[in-house]
Amino acid sequence: MIQAEHLRKTYGPTAVLDDVSLELSTGQGLTLLGPNGTGKTTLLRIVATLLRPTSGSLRVAGADALKEPEAVRGAIDMVGHGSWVYEDLSALENLRFWAAMGGHDAGDARLRAALEEVELDASADRRARTFSAGMKRRLALARVLLGRARLLLLDEPFTGLDRAGRKWLSEFLLSFKARGGAIIVATHSFDTGVGVADRVAILAGGRIVLDRPAAALGLEDLRRLYDELAMGPGTAS
Amino acid sequence: MSAYVRRAWMVAWKDVLSERRSKESLNALVFFSLLLLFVFQFALGPERARVEAALPGLLWLGFILSGLLAFGRTFLVERENDCWEGLVLSPGDKSAIYLGKLAGNVLVMILVEVVLLVLFAVFFGLDFTPVLPALAAVLALGTFGLASVGTLFGAITAQMRARELLFPVLLLPAVVPVLLASVSATQTVLAGEPLADAAAWLKLLAAADLVYLVVGVLTFEFVLEG
Repeated sequence: MIQAEHLRKTYGPTAVLDDVSLELSTGQGLTLLGPNGTGKTTLLRIVATLLRPTSGSLRVAGADALKEPEAVRGAIDMVGHGSWVYEDLSALENLRFWAAMGGHDAGDARLRAALEEVELDASADRRARTFSAGMKRRLALARVLLGRARLLLLDEPFTGLDRAGRKWLSEFLLSFKARGGAIIVATHSFDTGVGVADRVAILAGGRIVLDRPAAALGLEDLRRLYDELAMGPGTAS
Repeated sequence: MSAYVRRAWMVAWKDVLSERRSKESLNALVFFSLLLLFVFQFALGPERARVEAALPGLLWLGFILSGLLAFGRTFLVERENDCWEGLVLSPGDKSAIYLGKLAGNVLVMILVEVVLLVLFAVFFGLDFTPVLPALAAVLALGTFGLASVGTLFGAITAQMRARELLFPVLLLPAVVPVLLASVSATQTVLAGEPLADAAAWLKLLAAADLVYLVVGVLTFEFVLEG
């Protein structure tokens, strides 16, 4: 699904990403961990074709994402810090808009079914301005359900969610993977983030300093490695 | 309905619906128009001849100042909750988004112009009804030109930090041909002369509209991608 090689992104003399290479197959989940400012969001935005790297190569869904971004955009969906929600539209109207913009079926029944799946059916006609952060996150995921995305990129998706919301989101991501989708989750949340991953990578100083199968890492091992690699020796996370 | 037209329609629908509910732009623009009229009336005094001589310029001054407020906000709503990213990632020709935004802006401007015309009529005791069809034709062409450039520049400056400063600085020189032609054609119409007498200005206006529209359609994708 993704083949990224030697990605580098600089802003003036500052390298935000440096020599980042990663691969991700269909049905796989990768969790990106790292302190603030280590390039997680930048990496997600490059993979999403929202940002061009300074150098390196990137193939997404079999196409060259740097030369033909339009060719890969149909395969990508993203839930970033913002949830692409228009505050003065209702949940249903938001979905109708994004379904039409994506060229998908925007029939009422399908939109309501997507809202039901994310447990927002009771709030379908309420304006998004009245929604909590967690409800907006669910609305963004309902949008994902309407599309044909095979790669889902999520930036801090667990932030602002309560315990039930985290559990629900984890189940949603696992079912997305089970349907053949690939996911990348950038997060600070060790337990929930790792729970949906097949692989865990740690970004530090713009570089991937660890990339291992999630099954080979216990949560305590991961915390120790994170402290050593990302926070520096002698630091506790 | 083709996918292109449908996407343009959805953008216009979304903008008009959001504006109808929030009334953020319309309320501000109507209040701004009222203030403008007070200033004009204070400056010109009760002498009717002075008002009539200055009227075409005053009308378009009101329209362009309202446009500066309205167009500058067009793309700011897309920055909220990162909706801009969604528009970039949506497949298909991005110029459909530009046309949808343009349609929404034209509609808002028409509403503002109707309000301003009514206020001018009330404040200065004017009767526009005999010249209304000809005036509507000039306003339509002028508004379309203003909105075409305003929508494009609204998108360009939405991503800049000093956008409030840069937007009028970029927009005003670019709309000089539209303003010149619009004011001159409005002057002819308000003087009670036939619209044919303003043919040269109307041709310039139509040509400028076409050029601005084509430039907007062709360049919008690059603007959106940043």
